[in-house]
Amino acid sequence: MNIVNFTPVPAFLGGALIGLAVVLFFVFNGRLIGISGITSNFLLTKKNRFDNFLFIVGLIIGPILYRSFTSQEINISISNSFFLLSVAGLLVGVGTRIGGGCTSGHGISGIGRFSLRSIIATITFMIVGIFTVLVKNLV
Amino acid sequence: MSKIISLVCGIIFGIGLTVSQMIDPAKVLGFLNIFENWDPSLAFVMIGALIISSPFFHLFKNNKKPIFTKSFNYTVNKKINKKLIIGSSLFGAGWGLAGLCPGPAIASLALLNINSAVFVVAMFVGFYLVKLSEPTTQAR
Repeated sequence: MNIVNFTPVPAFLGGALIGLAVVLFFVFNGRLIGISGITSNFLLTKKNRFDNFLFIVGLIIGPILYRSFTSQEINISISNSFFLLSVAGLLVGVGTRIGGGCTSGHGISGIGRFSLRSIIATITFMIVGIFTVLVKNLV
Repeated sequence: MSKIISLVCGIIFGIGLTVSQMIDPAKVLGFLNIFENWDPSLAFVMIGALIISSPFFHLFKNNKKPIFTKSFNYTVNKKINKKLIIGSSLFGAGWGLAGLCPGPAIASLALLNINSAVFVVAMFVGFYLVKLSEPTTQAR
């Protein structure tokens, strides 16, 4: 194992911002942030629909605001195979709904409340994610 | 006021994903590539988020109500069952395939990237399929 591209300081600071959003949503609105939950509820249920909509709008304009204030380009590299992206998206959509959460809902809001269920979910999706990358590298 | 908080929380979350570079699937795949060239950054994102959020969960958990809404609105589910493990495993497989999870996938729509849009549409289909397969619990 080699350590590469490690950026601990921006990672920690960005993580702290994510934590701040989680705190504000909890203390002011009494809700937990889980992006898979907020998004699927926005699409499929009426409850809190406008709040969920505004959160999603914010999630999309956040990077745009960051880019305009810092004049830094945001570079991402993402698979360009539509087939792979569709399979992955489908798995993530189905999996997060069956498992009740994603990286934010289980990984932050759940672990932050010391929920054993969320700790087990997070360990599970990390192990399977690591295994998937391992297999992908072999193929 | 709760509407403004929802928008602001989304914005802060989106900026957090950008600052931490988790909006970039390559960073996430680097974290999952533990046996070759490992990028531990994602662990530091989680540590940062948990250090900030965890104390507040515990400080506020005995409060009667949140500041802007009538009551706390979340379900405490403690079930550790097959659904949790199967769901989380399917999610992990999709996460490892593309390096995208729901937050970064939606935030990266800001970059007008067609690839993240394809992923997001497929994810929505996934949400819908699970909803379809569930027995309806809503009142008519």
